[in-house]
Amino acid sequence: MAKRIDVSDLDIYYGNFKAVEGVNLSIEPRSITALIGPSGCGKSTFLRSLNRMHEVIPGARVEGKVVIEGQDLYGSDVDPVDVRRQIGMVFQRPNPFPTMSIYDNVAAGLRLNAKKTSKSDMDGLVERSLKGANLWNEVKDRLNRPGSGLSGGQQQRLCIARAIAVQPEVLLMDEPCSALDPISTLAVEDLMMELKEQFTIVIVTHNMQQAARVSETTGFFNLNGVGQPGRLIEYNPTEKIFSNPDEKATEDYISGRFG
Amino acid sequence: MSTSTQQSSAGPDTSASSPNPLGGHEKQAPWVPWAVFGAAAVLALGIGLLTSWNIVLFVIYTVVLGTLGTYVLSRVTEGPRKAVDRLVTCLVISAFGIAMVPLVSLVYEVVRRGAERFDGEFFTASLQGIIGPGGGAYHALMGTLIITLLTTLISVPIGLMTAIYLVEYGSGRLKRSITFLVDVMTGIPSIVAGLFAYALFVLIFGPGVRLGIMGAVALSVLMIPVIVRSAEEVLKLVPNELREAAYALGVPKWRTILKVVIPTAIAGLATGVTLAIARVIGETAPLLITVGITNALNFNPFDGRMATLPVYAYYQLTQPGVPPENAIDRAWTAALVLIMLVMGLNVVARLISRLFAPKTSR
Repeated sequence: MAKRIDVSDLDIYYGNFKAVEGVNLSIEPRSITALIGPSGCGKSTFLRSLNRMHEVIPGARVEGKVVIEGQDLYGSDVDPVDVRRQIGMVFQRPNPFPTMSIYDNVAAGLRLNAKKTSKSDMDGLVERSLKGANLWNEVKDRLNRPGSGLSGGQQQRLCIARAIAVQPEVLLMDEPCSALDPISTLAVEDLMMELKEQFTIVIVTHNMQQAARVSETTGFFNLNGVGQPGRLIEYNPTEKIFSNPDEKATEDYISGRFG
Repeated sequence: MSTSTQQSSAGPDTSASSPNPLGGHEKQAPWVPWAVFGAAAVLALGIGLLTSWNIVLFVIYTVVLGTLGTYVLSRVTEGPRKAVDRLVTCLVISAFGIAMVPLVSLVYEVVRRGAERFDGEFFTASLQGIIGPGGGAYHALMGTLIITLLTTLISVPIGLMTAIYLVEYGSGRLKRSITFLVDVMTGIPSIVAGLFAYALFVLIFGPGVRLGIMGAVALSVLMIPVIVRSAEEVLKLVPNELREAAYALGVPKWRTILKVVIPTAIAGLATGVTLAIARVIGETAPLLITVGITNALNFNPFDGRMATLPVYAYYQLTQPGVPPENAIDRAWTAALVLIMLVMGLNVVARLISRLFAPKTSR
């Protein structure tokens, strides 16, 4: 299911403002790729451009190419809704649907798309997704309770379960642990390690230890100054980035000499 | 440590002997302001008996003298900061009292005089063939309910869809001009809405036409902007993260609005609609022009005149016939029923917002 992503010469604009410039990288399937960098350098913008979520913001557009297994994401005949069905996303703040129960939240991806699914199939899917998100044992007795009654860490894992329930090929995570305590963070990280067997995972994080712990490849974004577009400074295996980076700026950032 | 070293239960004699170390003043016992107002009441009573007795003047004298007395006493014993606090407290409570006077007096008067004819006949009989006592407002009650229902059926879809457009789709000049026009519509005098509906139907059916549906159209002109405004505010409150969560699952925008945004906002939307109904149910002027009045039952809003409660009350009061008492009693009862309808709708609105609110309990 996991797919490879190739990005070439990607520029991202908000209206006339160029937010990200000249990104070239390849994301391997069945791996975790971490994106690090200071705030406002375009990591999240870049992540959102991988499933065309940034188009939700008026005036946002891209130039360049994003190719997933030979399919151009920004081709003129590609429907962004189809793209998002293949590429799931988990957000910084847990955002379960407040009107739905835990069960319905997991089933939301299929229900909202009006896919006809039998009750037993749906039960199986919900159970598999919640087990996949390591949440099943905690919620199996209260599947009909509202999802917003869970703790923050449980809500985030519920959102991950919701995202993997539609069986995407790629999972994008935008600072998924920044609102969580260390124990919940550990739970989500363990989960990511399991999920990478099936999915291609791209994660944006401000926590460099997290990037070092979970990812195979790391991309460092930076910007030259306020009002300048963000750039991909270095893209290398995580081990190399954290021990012997090619670029001085990467080393400065990782060792905490700026930003 | 607080500036008041002493509990209010202690008497004033002990407080004089213990000066406050922070240089502040002692706190008044809680009964002191009441005593001041009591003295003011006695004084006002004296003034009233000496001049001419008048309950309104008595209350005004009491409040003014009591406020002044409290302020002066507090300034002497507690210092200027506390005195201003007490003065403003007195002013705020007085303002609240003044605001309550018309409401209480209105409810009291309507209930007292409306109770006279608040009987079974009032709710079961029309005015057909009634001269003198008896008769009821069944036809007017049904007319009000039918026309309000029609108004709701016209206004809610238009208002909701406009609000959805403004919040979810609209941008730029079109959105700004629609918002501006909705604001202008909110301020349209109701008589103008009535004249608009009348002119519209005269173009189609010729002069002198009176139909229930005309009233519904006129009331819709008043109701739509109220619904747009309230629905817009409520839809804006739905967190953007929920929309993004749905988009990220590959849900198209229209399904996101239908299945995520509206269910999340349903409590606020329903409350807004209920309050908008309460707003138009008592309109008189537009119905006077468009629906007219009749003494007989008419359930068909597409055929001829209908009676409505506000217009019914208006005609019973202005053209009571001989003797006038019977009709005037009916007018009061009609007013009472109308107030009860509005109050009932407000209660319903509160219940809806409580029942439909997203559940967060574990």
